Amino acid sequence: MEVQTLIGLEVHAELATESKMFCSCSTEFGAEPNTHCCPICTGMPGVLPMPNKKAIEYAVKAGLALNCDISEFSKMDRKNYYYPDLPKAYQISQYDLPLCTGGYVDIETEDGPKRIRIRRVHMEEDAGKLLHEGWGNNSLVDYNRAGVPLIEIVTEPDMNSPAEAGAFLDKLKAILQYIEVSDCKMEEGSLRCDVNINARADDKSMATAITEMKNLNSFKAAVKAMEYEEKRHREALLEGDPTVHETRRWDDARSVTVAMRSKEEAHDYRYFPEPDLVPIALDKSYIKSIRENLPELPDQRYQRFISQYGLPQYDAGILTSSKYLADYFEQCMTIYDNAKTVSNWLMGDVLRALNENGKDPSDIPFPPAYLVDLIKYVDDGTISISIAKKVFDEMFANGTDPGAIIKEQGLVQISDEGELLGVIRQVIQENAPSVADYKAGKKKALGYLVGQAMKLTKGKANPQLLNKLLERELN
Amino acid sequence: MELYRLTAHEAYEKLKKREVSARELAQSVIKHIEDVEQSIGAYIHLDFDAALKQADDVDRHIDEGHEVPLLGGLPIAIKDNMCTEGIATTCASRMLADFVPPYDATVVRRLKERQAVVLGKLNMDEFAMGSSTETSAFKKTKNPWDTDRVPGGSSGGSAAAVAADEAFFTLGSDTGGSIRQPASLCGVVGMKPTYGAVSRYGLVAFASSLDQIGPLTKDVKDCAMVLNAIVGHDPYDATSVSRSYPDYTSALIDDVKGIKIGVPKEFFGQGINEEVKSAVTKAIELFKEMGADYEETSLPYTDHALSAYYLIASAEASSNLGRYDGVKYGYRAAQYDDMIDMYKKTRSEGFGSEVKRRIMLGTYALSSGYYDAYYLKALKVRTLITRDFQRAFEKYDVLVVPTSPTTAFKIGERLDNPMEMYLSDVCTVPVNIAGLPAISIPCGLDGRGLPIGLQIIGKAFDEETILRVAYAFESNTPYHNQKPSER
Repeated sequence: MEVQTLIGLEVHAELATESKMFCSCSTEFGAEPNTHCCPICTGMPGVLPMPNKKAIEYAVKAGLALNCDISEFSKMDRKNYYYPDLPKAYQISQYDLPLCTGGYVDIETEDGPKRIRIRRVHMEEDAGKLLHEGWGNNSLVDYNRAGVPLIEIVTEPDMNSPAEAGAFLDKLKAILQYIEVSDCKMEEGSLRCDVNINARADDKSMATAITEMKNLNSFKAAVKAMEYEEKRHREALLEGDPTVHETRRWDDARSVTVAMRSKEEAHDYRYFPEPDLVPIALDKSYIKSIRENLPELPDQRYQRFISQYGLPQYDAGILTSSKYLADYFEQCMTIYDNAKTVSNWLMGDVLRALNENGKDPSDIPFPPAYLVDLIKYVDDGTISISIAKKVFDEMFANGTDPGAIIKEQGLVQISDEGELLGVIRQVIQENAPSVADYKAGKKKALGYLVGQAMKLTKGKANPQLLNKLLERELN
Repeated sequence: MELYRLTAHEAYEKLKKREVSARELAQSVIKHIEDVEQSIGAYIHLDFDAALKQADDVDRHIDEGHEVPLLGGLPIAIKDNMCTEGIATTCASRMLADFVPPYDATVVRRLKERQAVVLGKLNMDEFAMGSSTETSAFKKTKNPWDTDRVPGGSSGGSAAAVAADEAFFTLGSDTGGSIRQPASLCGVVGMKPTYGAVSRYGLVAFASSLDQIGPLTKDVKDCAMVLNAIVGHDPYDATSVSRSYPDYTSALIDDVKGIKIGVPKEFFGQGINEEVKSAVTKAIELFKEMGADYEETSLPYTDHALSAYYLIASAEASSNLGRYDGVKYGYRAAQYDDMIDMYKKTRSEGFGSEVKRRIMLGTYALSSGYYDAYYLKALKVRTLITRDFQRAFEKYDVLVVPTSPTTAFKIGERLDNPMEMYLSDVCTVPVNIAGLPAISIPCGLDGRGLPIGLQIIGKAFDEETILRVAYAFESNTPYHNQKPSER
C-alpha cells in the first residue's frame, strides 16, 4: 500500500506594532513582568477594547502577501475559555468571518515547485504567560504579552512531508519579514506553530485520525515532531491500527510526542460576535493602496537577483530566503560589483558562522562595507585568501574593521621577491632531503617546501609568487 | 423650602446666583440622608467628608471669580457598577466587595470635570441582574413611597435616592429596563439614551450590546441637563457613536402640536395592570388634547422580545463575567485544591444565585449544539424586533406605552419566582433590543398611592423629541411634583 502523509499548519505570528491590539501598552519583548500592562489588557471590570488600526493594516498586508482575498466585511468574535494567562476569560479572535481567505504560498521541493494553499488568515490577541519556575507550588502570571496582536495563518493539508512543511515555514517567515509585519523571532515566541498530521492510503481507502500537535517553539522542533508523528501514523496505517483524534505535545528533551490528557483539550469555546467592537469594514481603495504599496516579495527578489546580478538560481534562492541576508547582499553591491564573490562569502563563511552560533542573518556583527573591504584586500593581493578566512573569523567574533585587524596583526601578504627569495633559500638550505626528493622527480616534495616557507612567513607569503620563485630556485 | 428638595436646575441657579454655596447644598443633602437613609438604604458607599471637600473646592472656584459649570456643585451619586477611581466599585457583589478601580468611568470623569459633588455609590441588583434591587449581596433598598416595597431594579438605589431627595440626580444603567422600571416604581424621571450615545467605558459590563448609562432625575429639565453632560463620542468605547450631539435643554418646549404618537397594542395586553393601563391611556388622551395625534399600531414581534432578551443578555453576561475568576482581583476562595477548584469555589462563593442562574443560561445558549437554536435564533428575533420599530417610526415620532406592567411590588414577593420577576421588564426590553432611546416619567398614582410610569420611546438619536414630549406632559400635569414624603 502506498501511503501519503498529510500535514496542515496553523502558524501564529505576532504583529510588529508598537502598541497592543486594544490598548496603548508597549509590545516590547523582555520587559520586567507586568510592566507593559494597563486596566484594558489585564481585563479589569468595565474596560473596553480600543482597536489598533496598524494591526488591521498589518494583517491585511500579510493576507495580500499570501495571495489571499481580503474581506471588505469581517468581524471579531470572542473565544471563551478559562486560564489564568487569559485575563478576560475570552480571547478576542475571529471565527466565521476572517479578515483574509483563500491564499497560497509557493515552495521548492525535491520534486520541483509546489503550491501550498492558505485557508484563512485571521486576527486575534495574544495571551499572557505563566511563570512556573521558582515559586514552589504557585505559578505567577505575566500579562506583558496579553493583548499583543497576532495573525493566525491556517493552511490546507497540502504538505506531504515534514521537509515540505519545513520549506513552507521558511518561506512564510521570509514573506512576513519582507513585508515587515512580524519579527518572526521564534525564540521570543513571536512565531509559533501548531501541526495537524495524519497518514492516508494513496487510494484514499484508509486514513488515520488527525493528530494536533501544540507547543512547537522552533521550526527545528516542529520538523522533528512531524518526523516522529509521520512514522507513527504510517506504521499505524500499515498495521491497520486506527489512531484516535487527539492533541499531542512535543517533548523536545526526549524527542517524542506525548498525548495530552483529554481534559486539557475538551474545550467548547462558545464563540460569539464580540459586542464591544463594531464590524471591520474596509474600503476597496484602502485594500488597493496597501496592495500597491506592498514591498518586493521573496519570489520577485529571487527573479531579480538572477536577472540583475547574474547569480545562479541556487545562490539567488539562498540569499533571498532571508530579507536581512538579501538586504545585506544588495548593500554590498552598492559598493562592489562582483556579485558571485559576495554571494560566495555570504553563503559560505557568513552563513556557516551564523549557524555555528545559532544566529540569524539580522545578527551579522559587522556592516556590509567591512565584508567588501575584506574581499577587496584579497582582490588587490594585500592578503591571501587563507589569511582572509582568519580575518573573517576575527571580524565575526568582534565586529572589527578588517583593515585594522590586518594592520594590527601584520597580516599584509609578502609579495616582495627579494624578501621571499631569502625565505626560499633558507628553506632549501634546511630541507636538503626534500630538495633531493624533488630533484629526483618526486613533485609532491614541492608542496612540503611551500608549506615550510609559509610557516616561516606565518602564512603571509603570496602563494602564487612563492610557488613560482621556489620552482625557479629549485630548477 | 429645604435645599435638598430642589431640582438640580433650581439648585444650580441658586448656586450660580450665589444665593447658596456648594457647601450649603451638600450639607442640606447630607443632613437629609442622615435622616432618611436608614429607612431607604439607597447607598452602598457614602463619604460625606469627601463630598464636603469637593463642595468647598467648588466654592473656592466660585470665590475666585470662575463660573460654575452646569451641574457643578450639585451633590449627586453613581450606581455602583460605574468605576470610580479610588472608591470601591462593587456591583453589589461579594465578588467585587473590595475592588477599588484605578480609573474613572468616562461618565464619572465627565461629571467630575463639571465639578459635580459625588456623595457615594448606589445599591443595585448584583451585576445589574434583577428588577427589584433584592439580588444585591449587601442590602435591600426600600421604595420611598412604601418601604415594604421594592424600588425596582436594577438601578433601585439610583431611583430611590432621587425619589427620597438623597441626591439631586443619579446615574443608572439600563440593559433591559434597569433605569426606566425603577424610575417608574419610584415616581422619578429616568432615561435610557440611544445605544452608543453615552460611553460605556468603565461601566462594569453585564450585556455589552444592550447596556447603556443614563440619568435618573427629579424632572425632565434635569434629565436634559444631565444628558448634555454625559453624551458624546469616546475613543475608549468603540461602540460609542461619533456625531454631533445637540443641547438637549433647547428641546424642552411645551408644545406637542402635530406630534404623531404610535400606541402599540402589544404593550397593553395580558399582564399589564388595569390601573397602569388606564393612567397611560389617560396620558395619551391628554397628548391629544394638547394637539398631538395618536393611533393604535402594532409591533408584532414584541411578544418574543423577553425570550430573546434573556438569551442575548445572559449569553453576553456569561462571557463578560468570566473574568471574575479569583486570579487578578476581587474575591478568591480561601481554600482550594488546584486551579480548577479555585475557579469553581471562587465563582460559587463570590456570585449570588441570580447571577449564577444567568451565567448558566447564557453558557448553555452559546454551547456547541445549542447555539443555533438559542443564541442565533435570538439574534434573528432581535433583527425582527428592530425592523418592527423602524417601520413604526416611519409613521410616528414617538411611541407611548407603560414603563412597568405593575406598580411597586412587595419585597420578597417575586424573589423566588424568576419568571415573574423577568416579566417586570416586558415593556422595557424591546427598546434595548432595538438600541432606541426611551424615557419614563411619572403619570399618576395607583389606588395604593404608588407611582405609575409613562414610557416614551423615540427614534435612534432622537432624544430631543422624547424630551419635548415628556416636557410638555410634565408642564401640563402635577405628577412630577408629587413626593413620597407628602403621602
